[in-house]
Amino acid sequence: MRYFSHKLPSVFALALMLIPFAEAAPDFVLSEHCPPSFEKMDNGTCELRNLYQFYDSLQDKGVGGTKTSLPAHRDGFSPQQIDLGRYLFFDPALSADGSISCASCHHPDKGFSDDRALSIGINGHEVSRSSPTLWNVAFLKRLFWDARAESLEEQARGPLYHPHEMGNNEVQLRQTLNDTPSYRSLFRQAFPQAEATEIELQQVYTALTAFQTSLISLNSRYDRYAHGYHAALNEKEIEGMNVFRSFVARCAECHTPPLFTNQQIAVIGTPEPEGRALDVGAETTYDAVKLKGGFRVPSLRNIAKTAPYMHSGRFETLRETVEFYTGGRGHAVPEGVEMHLHWHIWEPNLTDYELDRLVDFLGTLTDETFKPQIPERVPSGLTPIDHSPNTAVAGNITILKGESS
Amino acid sequence: MSKGTVFALIVALAAFAGGMIVGKSGGDSAPVMTDSSAGVSYVAPVQKNGSAEKVGELVSSGSSTNVAGSSAGFAVVVVEEGQSIQAAVTAASPRTIIQVMPGTYNETIYIDKDDIRLIGVIKESSRAILDGQGFMNDAILYSGNNIVIEGFIITKYKGNGIMGQAGNNFEIRNNIIVDTGVYGIFPQLGQNGVVELNVISGIEDAAIYIGMSDNIHVAYNEVFDSVAGIEIENSRHSIVEGNYVYNNTGGILAFITPGLPIKTTYDVLIRNNWISGNNTKNFGAPGSTVGGIPAGTGIMVMAADDVVIENNIITNHKTIGIMVLDHNTAAQLTNVTVDPESDPNSDGLKVLDNLMYNNGYDTIDEIKAIMLSELKTGNPDIFMVGPSKDSCIINRHRYVTFGVDDLAECGFTNTDTIANYLLPPVEPRARSTPEERAKVTYMAVCAGCHTYTGRMIGPPVKIIQALYMDNPEGIVDYITNPVKKRDDYPEMPPQDYLDEETRLAVAKYMLSRKR
Repeated sequence: MRYFSHKLPSVFALALMLIPFAEAAPDFVLSEHCPPSFEKMDNGTCELRNLYQFYDSLQDKGVGGTKTSLPAHRDGFSPQQIDLGRYLFFDPALSADGSISCASCHHPDKGFSDDRALSIGINGHEVSRSSPTLWNVAFLKRLFWDARAESLEEQARGPLYHPHEMGNNEVQLRQTLNDTPSYRSLFRQAFPQAEATEIELQQVYTALTAFQTSLISLNSRYDRYAHGYHAALNEKEIEGMNVFRSFVARCAECHTPPLFTNQQIAVIGTPEPEGRALDVGAETTYDAVKLKGGFRVPSLRNIAKTAPYMHSGRFETLRETVEFYTGGRGHAVPEGVEMHLHWHIWEPNLTDYELDRLVDFLGTLTDETFKPQIPERVPSGLTPIDHSPNTAVAGNITILKGESS
Repeated sequence: MSKGTVFALIVALAAFAGGMIVGKSGGDSAPVMTDSSAGVSYVAPVQKNGSAEKVGELVSSGSSTNVAGSSAGFAVVVVEEGQSIQAAVTAASPRTIIQVMPGTYNETIYIDKDDIRLIGVIKESSRAILDGQGFMNDAILYSGNNIVIEGFIITKYKGNGIMGQAGNNFEIRNNIIVDTGVYGIFPQLGQNGVVELNVISGIEDAAIYIGMSDNIHVAYNEVFDSVAGIEIENSRHSIVEGNYVYNNTGGILAFITPGLPIKTTYDVLIRNNWISGNNTKNFGAPGSTVGGIPAGTGIMVMAADDVVIENNIITNHKTIGIMVLDHNTAAQLTNVTVDPESDPNSDGLKVLDNLMYNNGYDTIDEIKAIMLSELKTGNPDIFMVGPSKDSCIINRHRYVTFGVDDLAECGFTNTDTIANYLLPPVEPRARSTPEERAKVTYMAVCAGCHTYTGRMIGPPVKIIQALYMDNPEGIVDYITNPVKKRDDYPEMPPQDYLDEETRLAVAKYMLSRKR
């Protein structure tokens, strides 16, 4: 019901795709309402509202305990920009051959990830890292596993133009959008002040950023506990929370509430999947050998929805993932590789019981109340989202190649 | 990485010889002698929250019993041996004193509410003993504000004795923490707290570790047989005074640890402490910051700014009395990583009068070699490497020093006018009115499922308004304990985590909506 594209018989999908653009796209109108958790201000922009705004935090850094404010965030986009971003996000027209959209690897029904260890990009290319969730990206200072982008606008260019991801280029993307009448109208709705009549790429990045910053997940059962209602968690989950924040497991030292990340780089030495070379991660970003194998500490909100885990999806389950931390400092670092492991990676000797409770607690961080609607159709006339990497897609890709470029 | 020997990196020597260290040999003329009883007092940098004028108002000595506010009117609950302390905490409302009678208790206690005082009752020297039996994680965790923890013996936990997570206005005093885990007392991410009159020993990292905190007072504690005695890390406006610090690997540390979300340490007063014989072999965990401290270090300053060292007795440290260094040097010598968001240098150091004697008598080869490269000999009291601007010292002629020749004379000789950096209890975090809370709650929670006219997860606000026209209390009753009313809508989750005032205000707000 909510998602349908990749479940449709391919013949039907094909038929949909062959409808000419002009006829397939009666008027699209962008929402004038802000998404849930946002207040529409007098100037027409949407500002985030959440219960953590009742609190503060030391040095305004947004790290602390239960009643602590969140880190600084992005907001202030108009409802139209957010809604335009939603159409773009689900529209396969953004890829070089019209085969995949942002949502192919960041699917709302898969925790805005894709259930895969390594994502599949255009033409069946396997990309080098696992698709990170987009929930709460409004709060992140750095994007990508290796922290190489400092804004969502900058980040958007990565997958759009990577030959193994969406495979597009600036010229073609601009052309595709400007050649789609509905998009010309939608961009005018979203950017009424723009002087140029042509769609600008910067507007694309802005709209994608606007949509992604509206993906807010802050009403989990854990949050109800944090705000003071302690019956929101059961006994085992509270035990898990106490293991999580204990100085034995030390999870909360880096996955610090309320966002469950301290947004730093950590070298923890997780193993790569069988047969894959070592990913040096942030060593490249910062040109610092001491960060070899370092990655951005991910938020754990909605973590139960985003298996498999770690930068290369090496662990299938949360249970396996938490077990990694009690396997001994550096136990998975390859022979001959010198890694400067984080000081909190040690030998906590957690029991099986404690590991199970940690998994219980992580489950309390789930909240998908504000999951956005997948559009029933997108301005390009292509099937929204299109291939889910879990389904066989080769046939569709071949057919579509001639259609969209 | 082997313990205690991370200073053994030969590559670094080349860098030093290459001129990283700025220093000049002193002349033979009479030294500048300063009478510290006559000079003016140091004035601390203004606090960023603008509350400098409030500092020191609370008390004139270092000790304070008013950081957590008054306990007048608090309920009192008594826990006897055989009962659960946690059960009492869980049952307690804020503004409760929980008195724990002498006896042994095997549990982890967590406090996620405000205004709880956990008081171990001491009867004829018998105390409440929290015994983790070697397998429990932490003895006491708190995230609430205005928490007081007093009078316990804590032993044999794997993690920390007492650990704070973002609680403000805490008082931790009169506890005896023996042979327990990683940190004895570890308040983190909080503002305004006192750690005083505790006796702590046998800790694998720091006996007292102030991490990412502001306005903290560490006074009159006895800390020994641990890796670090007292550590002030990524924290500001802190005073360490009157402590007895001995037989650790390192005595008192003021650090910026790289890679943490709060990137500064500044305004730290280390005064009137007795720091002696901290020569214990380093038994810290591999990779830990303290794992790199050479045994026999009295005071160590790394990348921290505006550290004042005054009136301490610093004796009998085989490596060094006071060591000051920057991140770049530390990164060559130890496992420290340079953090691009932290200033790497220890600027604004102020060394006032201290009694230093019998330090550096068996110092590490690296210090010896660096001293030799500048033709310095003798057993060093003070060793300083790396850039350090705006630093000063008085009566430097009394000590064997390295790297301090270029320091200015301080324009002050004491810190007498600074009683402490504590504040009146900082405001509770929830600062808004019920009306503001109502609006935010409506946006953040209600609007996720209810729009004004449209069908979403829950019924439209307009329909709710028709049902509860002049009856916000009816909405409160329903949202507190919802029952399934409509077959075509899912059951609503209870909103009982909101306090009653907020529930009523949000109900009124919902009824007032016009679109």
